[in-house]
Order: sequence, then C-alpha cells, then structure tokens
Amino acid sequence: MPNLPWNWMLDGWIVATAIACAVACSLVGNFLVLRRMSMLGDAITHAVLPGLAIAFFVTQSRASFPMFLGAAAVGVCTAFFTEWIQKSGRVDEGASLGVVFTTLFAIGLVLIVHSIDNVDLDADCVLYGAIELVPLDLITLFGFQVPRSFSVLCGVMVLNAILIFAFFKELKITSFDTSLAASVGFPPSVVHYLLMTVVSITAVASFESVGSVLVVAMMIVPPATAYLLTSRLSHMIVASAGIACISAILGHLSAIAIPTWFGFRSTSTAGMMAVASGCLLVGAAALAPRHGILVKLWHQISLGWHILADDIVALLYRVEEKESKQCADSRWIREALICNQHLFTVVQMWLRFRGEIKTTEDRISLTERGHFRAQNLVRSHRLWEQYLLDEVGVNPDRIHPQAEKMEHYTDRQLRQKLHKATDNPEVDPHGSPIPDERSTKPKK
Amino acid sequence: MTSSVVPLLKIDVRLREIISSAAVTFDQDVLTVIQQIQRLAFLEDYNTRVVLLGTAMLGCAAGVVGVFTLLRKRALMGDAISHATLPGIAISFLLSNALGWSEKSLPILLAGATITGLLGVLSILTIRNLTKLKEDTALGVVLSVFFGAGIALLGIVQQTPSGHAAGLESFILGKTASMVASDATLIAMASLICLSFSALMFKELKLLCFDEVFAGSRGYPILTLDLMLMTSVVIISIVGLQAVGLIMVVALLVIPAAAARFWTDNLGTMTLLSAIIGTISGIAGAAVSAVYPRLPSGAMIVLVCALCFSVSVAAGSRRGLIIRTLRRLRINRLVERHHFLRTIFELTEESSQPDNPYQVSFESLSQARTWNQRELRLTVSRATREGWVTRIGQQVRLTKKGKIEASRLTREHRLWELFLIHHADVAPSRVDREADHIEHVLEPEIVAELEMLLLKDERQIPQSPHDLKHQESVTPQNRDNMRVTNVSSSKSSGQESL
Repeated sequence: MPNLPWNWMLDGWIVATAIACAVACSLVGNFLVLRRMSMLGDAITHAVLPGLAIAFFVTQSRASFPMFLGAAAVGVCTAFFTEWIQKSGRVDEGASLGVVFTTLFAIGLVLIVHSIDNVDLDADCVLYGAIELVPLDLITLFGFQVPRSFSVLCGVMVLNAILIFAFFKELKITSFDTSLAASVGFPPSVVHYLLMTVVSITAVASFESVGSVLVVAMMIVPPATAYLLTSRLSHMIVASAGIACISAILGHLSAIAIPTWFGFRSTSTAGMMAVASGCLLVGAAALAPRHGILVKLWHQISLGWHILADDIVALLYRVEEKESKQCADSRWIREALICNQHLFTVVQMWLRFRGEIKTTEDRISLTERGHFRAQNLVRSHRLWEQYLLDEVGVNPDRIHPQAEKMEHYTDRQLRQKLHKATDNPEVDPHGSPIPDERSTKPKK
Repeated sequence: MTSSVVPLLKIDVRLREIISSAAVTFDQDVLTVIQQIQRLAFLEDYNTRVVLLGTAMLGCAAGVVGVFTLLRKRALMGDAISHATLPGIAISFLLSNALGWSEKSLPILLAGATITGLLGVLSILTIRNLTKLKEDTALGVVLSVFFGAGIALLGIVQQTPSGHAAGLESFILGKTASMVASDATLIAMASLICLSFSALMFKELKLLCFDEVFAGSRGYPILTLDLMLMTSVVIISIVGLQAVGLIMVVALLVIPAAAARFWTDNLGTMTLLSAIIGTISGIAGAAVSAVYPRLPSGAMIVLVCALCFSVSVAAGSRRGLIIRTLRRLRINRLVERHHFLRTIFELTEESSQPDNPYQVSFESLSQARTWNQRELRLTVSRATREGWVTRIGQQVRLTKKGKIEASRLTREHRLWELFLIHHADVAPSRVDREADHIEHVLEPEIVAELEMLLLKDERQIPQSPHDLKHQESVTPQNRDNMRVTNVSSSKSSGQESL
C-alpha cells in the first residue's frame, strides 16, 4: 500500500493491543448476544465508572488491581440491581437497565468531576480511550519491552478463553435453556453472575486503552456477525474471535489510511474498529450462506427464472406436439405467458446459453436438450393432473393450476410413484397423451 | 498482618484530609451558597431562569414520550438513537466547514444529528426485521457502530482549524450551565411539538402500546405511528444532547416513566405523573448545579430522577415495595384466619355437644395444623379482637359470627373438594391440599355454580370427602393422641346444616 505511514514499533503494538482487546471482548460477547443481554454489556461498560472513581479515591493511584476490583464489583451490582428492579417492579428489562446504568454513570461522573483538580482520570479518556498512546507505556515482561495494556489485555483474553473452555457446557446449557439447566443441576444464577463478573473485568481492562465505545462494539458486533454466519455455538465463538481480529486490523489500517485521502492526519482507531466491524456485519447480513438477505433474494430471483424457463420450454413442447402452424416467436410466447419483456429476454438468453432452445428466422424452437427437459416437465404436469383427479378428488376445473405449480418441483422418482399410483395412464384427464419418461440427457 | 494494615491507614489519612479540607472550604463557601440559593429562589438571575425553563420543558416532554417507549418495551431505543446522532453532528460540521458556512450554526448540526438519528432507527428496524438477530442486538450494534463512526469523525473534526473551539464534545456530556435563550427556545419548541403530538395521538398511541395487532386490525397506520413516535424520541434526544448530554437524555427518557409505573395502572395518570417527575427532576437538578457549580448539571438531573425512582419503588401506590408487602401481609392473615376458623369447625363438627358448642383446646388446634405456640397465640388473639372467637382459659370457642363464617368457609372448601373429585378426577387424598389454595379466592358466583353442580339442598354443608385426620402433621407422638380423639369423633357422623 503506497504512502501508508506504518511503523512496526507503534502501529504494530497498537494493532496487537487492539486484537487482544477485540478478541477478549468478543469471547464473552457471544453469550451476551445469545442471552439477549447485548444492552447489558453496554450498560456495564457505562456503569463501572463509579467503581473506577471510588477505587481511585481510595488508593490514589491508577494501579490496575484496585481499579479491577472496584469496577468488577460495580459491574456485578449493575446486573444485580437490574434483575432486582425487573423482578420486584415488573418493569421490563430494558427499562430497569436504563435506570440502573444511567444512575451509576451519573454518580461516577460527579465523582470524577470532583476529583478533576488533582487527577488524570478524565471522562473523555474513559469514553473514547486512547489506544494510540498504548505503545508509550511500556513495561518489561520476561525481558521484553511490551506495552502495559497489551499485557493486561492478553491476560484477560487468555482468562476468558480458559473460562469459556472450562465452563463451555454450563454456559451453553444456561444460555439456550435456563429451565433445563436448573433442572439438571446447573444453577443459572451462578453462571449468570460469573458471566457478569467476567464482562465487568473485560470491560475495565479494555477501558483504559480503548474506551467504552470499542468495548461495546467488540462485545456485540463480532458475535452478532458470527451468529448470522453459523448456527453452532463452538463455530460461533471461533468465528467471532476471527471477525474481531479482522475488524481490529481493518480498523487501524482505515484509521491511518482513509483520512489521508482527504488531507487529514489519522483518526481514532477505536472508532474505526467499530465502523469496520459494522461493515463486516452488514456484509454478513447480506451474504451469509443461509440467511443472508441478498442470498435469499438471489434464491427467489433464480427460482423465478427457473420457473419461467420451465414454462417457456413446456409451451414450446405443446406447440410442437399439436403441430399447429402457430409461429412461436418471442412476442407470441411473451404474450402467452404474460411476462415482462426484460425478464423474458434474460431467461431466453439463459436458455439459449444452456442449449435448450434455438432461433431460426424469428421462430423459437426446442433443441434436443430442450425437448428432453420439456418432455419430462409435461409428463410431470399430466401425471399430476391425473393424480389430483383420481386420488385426491380435486374438481376437474381446478387440476390444471395445481399441476402447473407442482410440475416444477417434481423429480423422476416422484414421477414414477405418480405413474404407479395412477395405474400407468396413457392420457391425462384432458385427453392429451402423457409422454414417456426420458432418462438420459442428450449432449449439447 | 502489616500488609493489610497499611492500606487501611492510607484510607484513614485520606479521609482526614478530605474532611479537614471540607471544613476549611465550608466557612468560605457557606455565605456564597446562601446568596446563590436566594438568587435562585427568586429567579433573580436571567441565566438561571433560562436554564431552569429549558430543563423543565425537556424533562416534561421526555417524561411523556418515555411513557410510550417504555410501554412498547423500547426503553433503550433512546440510548441507541442518542448515540447514533453523533456522526451526524460531526458530518454536518465537516460539511459546513468545507462549504464555508458558519460551523457552529446549531440548526445545521441538529439537522445532521436528526438525519443520522433517523438512519439509526431505520437500521434497527431493518436488522430486526430482515435478519435473525434480536432487537437487543440490533440496538447494541447500531449504538456502537454509529458512535464509533462519530468518534472517528470527531478525530478528524479536531484537526480542522476551528474544531477545538467547536466544543462538539459537550454534546456527549452536556453543557447545561451555558444554555442561552436561543437554546431554551429551541428546547421549548421541540418539547411542545412532542407534547402536542402525544396529546393529539393519545388514543392511537395507547392502542399501539397495548395491542398493536388490534390497532392494525382497526385500520390504524401502525408503521407510521411507530415511526412518528421514534421521530419524537429522536427530537428529544437531539435537543437534550446539547442540554444535558447523551447519557442523561437516556435517563430522562427512561427513569420518569419507569418511576410513574409504580404508582398507577392508568395510562393517562401515568403520563401525567411521568411528566411531573421529569419536570421536577429537570428543575431540581439544574437548581442544585446552579448553587454548586462544580456539580455537573446533567448528572444532577439524573440523580434527582434516580431519587424519585427510589421513592417510587419504595412508596409507589400500585407496585411499591411497601404497599406490596402490606398487601401480602393482609392476604397471609386472611388465609391464616380462614384456616383457623375452618380447623375449629372441623375439629368440633362431629363431636359437638349442646353444652359445649364449637369449643376446642389450644392443644388440639396446634396438632391439627403445623402451627407453633407463638403463631397460634397470635392468631387466636387477633381472632378474639376481631370477634370471631372467645377465649375461655386454654380453650377457644367460636362466637356466633365466627360460627357462620366458619361454616361458610368449610362449605366452600368442601364444595371445591367435591368438584375436584367429581369433575377434575383428582384423587380424594389429594383434594384437601388443592382446595386449601383455592378456597380463599372463591367468588360468590363460583360458589353458586358449584352449588348448582354438586348439591341438592343448597344450604347443606357437605360431608368431608376424605378422612379429616389425613392432613395433620404426623409425628409419631401426636399420631397416638389423634387416634384416641379419632375413635370418639368418627362414631357420630352427620351433616351439619345452618
């Protein structure tokens, strides 16, 4: 990439820290998304503010350990209060969450503003984080100079991974079926509060370096993306970690690259990581193999084409069968099938590409391959008509439209069964002959 | 040992410092504080008037709109929307900068905020309806991604020459104290729009909140209504952003409505209450921060809201803790009284002699049910006070009123037992326990129906369908005692009629 201001000592550490943070968050985030508690992650990341402030007041330092304790305690309190208000007041969960976290955030804000004279703990830092400053704060670990946040976040990441690995069964069963979990002896509330503690610890570890935005984004967006892509929990967890890594790398690259196109210097990596993960989510929502919006749309469209192509070859077959003098040009076919011109053109081209129709002087006719397809289709249609009349007892006026729908989904085995069930008929209820089955597809 | 003492000492020293510094500043500040309260109380200060008006209007409108979002279980929608406005503010700043307009022009910034706020709403609805993700995830995704984009754009804004002076960060934390007349006018206008929308569409919104499907079947345009409601949330969020900050707007949208829910089940009353709580919080929070300028007003407004909420949780007349505890106590006593009276009746029913009607000893009572001495004594003295029984030494006797009540209760209990046996196919040995739960809440109409169904003579008290002694607490010791009384009582059987 030309002109990318990349420096391994700075950008390398930033990306490494971002990856550690993103993976740590997305690991626990999977369970928040599955338990429909995504907003609890958001709430806890806001609510730990007073915990941080109180820990700071008591110890007068930004030492990590007391901060961890304070924040983790308040995080668990948030979960507890939310549940209490929800149960005792029968308020819905979102509302009780809203009450608790805004209140705690306000308390934290008052505490922090009060200590602003002598403190380098300020609200902006907590909200946006300063991942760009990570490489400046180095500590020596095993003889290597590594950024402090990086080592902390790596620790949290490993802790989360171990916890998830160790308690995989418990987390899985409580996330998907609380009552089953309770009935087989896994106390759901214990797992719930364990998870809340882990979420709080992760949030606090990430706060310092990357800010609350990134915590929320990484806890929810990569797992949501993974949720769209797969339906197995283990796959989802692995996929979410991978997506988190990709968002971290893409995020930092775009943060240093994109603003330079418009003549600015680099911008916030944390913000761009959230945006990158959002883009990945949009991509997954559109293109996920089974549930993607575009994928589903494409299936619908191609099904429509397929049916229209079936209708065209069947119509041509019937024309040939009657040996009428009708000139089957494209205009006549279009009017017979009541079909829009562009769609018809596309499908006609497709059929020609597959070698199923040919055009001779305006007149469209079937090739050998087309004849094969049409013959089996018409056979399905007429067998269905016979079956509907004989076995189902449908009114003779109604059998044609029904058979028209069924014919597209009928394969050879089904045709054989229909044939047997209707006592091997020669003609259909309208008196048209039922063509024989053709088994080998002719070459182009 | 020493390692645990040292931090404690540190805390102690720190506390002393705080206290002593507070004592010093108190003397100096106390005068100015009093003066400030005076100025505030008489609204002498023009600036204070403006700020109070603005926060009051905002609280009122947010309270009203919050009721509908709360009842539609969309309480946190405001959170996502207010975060989603940030990129709009940054983009419109950058755009107007590039085009050479005045960057700090509020209408342009707010227009940008509105556009991305509405985009956020649409994204949430799209994610929820078109993918398999749930609503909460949709909210979280929109909130974090939009806010992340906003932060990234703010990073660029700060590099523009006037970016630092723009004070765009104040949108996140709010700058209530620096509110000027034009801001207050804007808030007032926005609040009036939202309030009049809620008032005019009250019926439609009510239907939307409680039965969306029914509203749709009556031909109300649900989607349009929903979008209009969300638009008013967006409007409130945006004017609230620069007044009280991003998080505080969420609080104003959620807390007053949630607090009002504890007081009433009526939507109109709830809306009114929520508006009042919102207004009071707005005024009180802003006032506190006017007196103590170091307390951020946005946070103070939220804290006043939270105070109102805790009062409502405790004292709310509909769902408050106190009222619910009292209600539960009352029901417990009623149930206890029912059991007490019925036990006396059943104990004496078969052996009652003309000279000793409906009189039982404490001992047989405590054996009949799992009452301990204290509970029994309490129940007896309460029943005596209320005139159901009279106490004769270690015996209690039903009064006339008590007799009528006790026979009614026994009758209802047995009617239900009979119903369970004959029509619900419950085994006779199990019906007593189940009837125990139901008998306290049988309504007169149901009793009448049961009579029609089960009894030939309506005034009869049916005979108990099971052995009366089955239910009793069975320890080996009092089982022996019971057998003795059982033999004597089971000989004379008969139906007691009123």
